Amino acid sequence: MGMTMAEKIIAAAAGVEEVKPGDIHTVELDRLMSNDGTTHLTIDMYNKLKNPHIADVNKLVWIVDHNVPCDSVKTAASHKKMRDFAREHEITFYEGAGVCHQVMMENHVTSGELIFGADSHTCAYGAVGAFGTGVGCTDYLYAMVTGKSWLLVPETLRFELKGKLPKGVYARDLILTIIGQIGANGANYMAMEFGGEGLKTLNISDRIAICNLCVEAGAKTALMEVDEITRAYLKEHGREPKHAFQSDGDANFAKVYEIDLSAIKPIVAKPHFVDSVVDAKECVGTHIDEAFLGSCNNGRIEDLRAGAEVIKGKKVHPLVRFLVVPASQTVYEQALEEGIIKTFMEAGAIVMNPNCSVCWGSCQGVIGENEVLISTGTRNFKGRAGHKDSFVYLASAATVTASAIKGEIATADMI
Amino acid sequence: MGKIFKFQQDVDTDQIIASQYLLFPTIDEMKAYTFESLDPEFAGKVQPGDYVVASENFGCGSSREQAPSVLKALGVKAVIAKSFARIFYRNSINIGLPVIVCKDLHENVNQGDEMELSMQEGIVRVNGKEYECTKLPVYMQGILDQGGLIASLNKED
Repeated sequence: MGMTMAEKIIAAAAGVEEVKPGDIHTVELDRLMSNDGTTHLTIDMYNKLKNPHIADVNKLVWIVDHNVPCDSVKTAASHKKMRDFAREHEITFYEGAGVCHQVMMENHVTSGELIFGADSHTCAYGAVGAFGTGVGCTDYLYAMVTGKSWLLVPETLRFELKGKLPKGVYARDLILTIIGQIGANGANYMAMEFGGEGLKTLNISDRIAICNLCVEAGAKTALMEVDEITRAYLKEHGREPKHAFQSDGDANFAKVYEIDLSAIKPIVAKPHFVDSVVDAKECVGTHIDEAFLGSCNNGRIEDLRAGAEVIKGKKVHPLVRFLVVPASQTVYEQALEEGIIKTFMEAGAIVMNPNCSVCWGSCQGVIGENEVLISTGTRNFKGRAGHKDSFVYLASAATVTASAIKGEIATADMI
Repeated sequence: MGKIFKFQQDVDTDQIIASQYLLFPTIDEMKAYTFESLDPEFAGKVQPGDYVVASENFGCGSSREQAPSVLKALGVKAVIAKSFARIFYRNSINIGLPVIVCKDLHENVNQGDEMELSMQEGIVRVNGKEYECTKLPVYMQGILDQGGLIASLNKED
């Protein structure tokens, strides 16, 4: 029986010839990412162990990205704990360099790796064919101490992509469409695998945006076939694939979906669920108070370019706060070089330092009671961006920017 | 016997414990804000041994282990739902909080009902009726029986 990409990566990490869905294996992890959302708790648990030690410090990457710069005395204590521990144990450490997944993609992840990240959007690493999955701090600690963990082999949903996205339609629209189709738990416990001719029309930034959001359908991981685009990205960043697995022709998929990229339209996910998607045109005219362009999902240079193209020479609506947050310092510098930051600032946007920002609702751009946000962030859960009685709509960089100009939800073709 | 606190479907981890409390230094400092957006009185009312009963996809969203941890810290004996989101489910087992799938319970109980859970039999008893629960895979039950993943780590040491 053939195996899927997910099964092959798990088999390699478990040191066995074959695995099948439902099996539980002990696997060797390649990399362990943790951020300031939970690391302070991991450290407390580590310090209480009978025999605290780190299996292989070279596997660990710690990134302060959620509340940067620090917003309170309590956060400062948690950050300091993480910073001091990282220094003492010589753990690879970033602070303010960007959102963890973007930093990981730019500096660490490669094809065929099995990676635990203490953040649900770790599934983004599938953009280069790595098996990334989100875990909590207990899982993280166990893996940190032993270098290993237990993993239940997931079933795989295969998405066969064909065609090309129309102009003005983005990877964000595609993945929101898919989540709307299969539902918020449509891929629960499963791997989502993407391949087909259509994949070749999507660059790495698109692929990250797609894989990143798969957890919003409940997926354990997302995986894209490794191709020339992947290899070129890795080479540019000084890395080689560990493995370049493809699913076998006779691999067993729980279901195969055929997706015609040319039929995708601009999409908006309405409050309070990511699968609550509609054609963006249906939301046109909805009042907004704030717009956010950034996050691990859509804060890359391609997204900033898409926004800048819409807003160049225009102004942010006087009743709207428009926050623009590059996903990493590298993205920020590139945007400076290209004049994109200037374009946003001249339009009246608030340009912030790279971090999770509005997407995580605790540090920057928090919204108040009854306020409405349109966002390229990852989630629109109730209260996600601030007050429990506030509203978040999710959309592409172009739609978010167009809405910031209009003061109400709008698509880029209306500008 | 414990009381039921009833929730609906797609309860995400932001509802269980919101982002603004996650970087508080300890779980004990966070637990007062559990379910703040859905039931602000929950943390004050829940007693050790009580249950959370929910519909489909409980615990979806973020990987924040603080979500099962605040429930455990408040003394919630088990979360019983029609289905769970993956990361919440795994985190709960790892910290030793029983998470139990029971397809028929949610529609048949109300907030405040008194319930009894027998983990060994895989049965809950409430309002004079019994409901069968799905058993955990042996491997995961083993982690739970040891009191969570870290307990097993200390044993191995």
